[in-house]
Amino acid sequence: MASSRPVAAELATIRVHGISREAFLVRSVLAAAAAYGTMSASALVGRALAQSRGGDVDILNFALTLEYLESTFYTLAVKEVGALSSGEQQLARRLRDDEDAHVDALTATIKQLGGQPAAKPAFDFGGAFGGRAAFLKTASTLEDTGVSAYNGAATSISSVDALAAAAGIAQIEARHAALIRLARDKTPAPQPFDKASQMEEALAAVQPFITA
Amino acid sequence: MTASALRELDGDPSSRKRFLKMLGGAGAAGALLAACGNDGNNDVTKTTDDNAGDLRIVTYVLTLEYLAAAFYQDVLDSGVIADKRIGDLLTSIQQDEQEHVDALEATATSLGGTPAGRPRTSFQDVIGKGAESILQTAATVENLGAAAYLGQVRTIRSKDILAEALSIHSVEARHAAALNDLAGRGLGDGKDRLAGSLPDGPFAKPMDMAAVLKAVEPFIAG
Repeated sequence: MASSRPVAAELATIRVHGISREAFLVRSVLAAAAAYGTMSASALVGRALAQSRGGDVDILNFALTLEYLESTFYTLAVKEVGALSSGEQQLARRLRDDEDAHVDALTATIKQLGGQPAAKPAFDFGGAFGGRAAFLKTASTLEDTGVSAYNGAATSISSVDALAAAAGIAQIEARHAALIRLARDKTPAPQPFDKASQMEEALAAVQPFITA
Repeated sequence: MTASALRELDGDPSSRKRFLKMLGGAGAAGALLAACGNDGNNDVTKTTDDNAGDLRIVTYVLTLEYLAAAFYQDVLDSGVIADKRIGDLLTSIQQDEQEHVDALEATATSLGGTPAGRPRTSFQDVIGKGAESILQTAATVENLGAAAYLGQVRTIRSKDILAEALSIHSVEARHAAALNDLAGRGLGDGKDRLAGSLPDGPFAKPMDMAAVLKAVEPFIAG
């Protein structure tokens, strides 16, 4: 488990352009997931948010930035991945629509809390749209990372309304993750607990990415 | 009943059946409600003791996990599932549910409680109708489980127990999406297949304790 073998190398090819702290955190999460697998992402998010003491708006802005990432990913995939079956195209469109709805809901919630919604960063997905397998693999890692990030961040949310909303979205990300896994002939639930492992080395490993 | 004794029973279907028979009517839905301390009105726990509210929630979800684990075990024991892909999935899900049982039993104990007794369950009607009926029931059980956990996130006090609940909640959601898909939900009435796997749309809907317990009543014997 403590190996530095890249288990989610496709995430390392995604570039997030933006200077906001949320974009910065997303870069870090992707870097951690690329280096150690998605299990490490939620520990990282929990720590980063705890360190920020930014409150619910910061957490929701982080979630919003992740949703922008997923929404942009599926929006581009629907246009650019040529080799999908009709069922897979339908899945990509459905997931795009769900992520768009999450973006809208999080934006509205952040405003209700008196916060400023994070700007949408620019993303570069590398070779993720080169074919069916590359698309599904990156989609799977993004969804699993999303579940892990929500589960890790949710316990830091103060407002019970915001917590319930985040958990309600996390459940949808988990359903997405399962459907993408089924499309890849993988087990929909790879472990009995979607939980971050505490990995000190994950933070150390992402330091180079954080200062970049 | 210690956890290790329960695991022994698990490993021995005949002694497990004897144990369930021994429990008798204690597992009936009315007793379930009593065990969960549910007053049938709402889920808001007004208590000066944080542990008491959390223990009640842990007891409740543990009961659901007992039910789910027993269902999959009965299905696998019956030999009704011939499709290897589906059999492998149900085996994997059964193992997940048993892991949830073990973890929640430990949590209940750590809160100073005694783990809930296993409800006396009855799935023979479902299993007798074959694979299609089993998949439909499995999908129902998992959707209920996901909604049940989601329905408690507002009420759980302890951050550790919230983290545990969330980590199980998303696994039940994964099970639910897969089983909804395999059960072909949404296909029959002109909807697309994904409408079955994502029945709530982009935002999952919670269910409160009373509604969930009512929904699982048909599976409780006695």
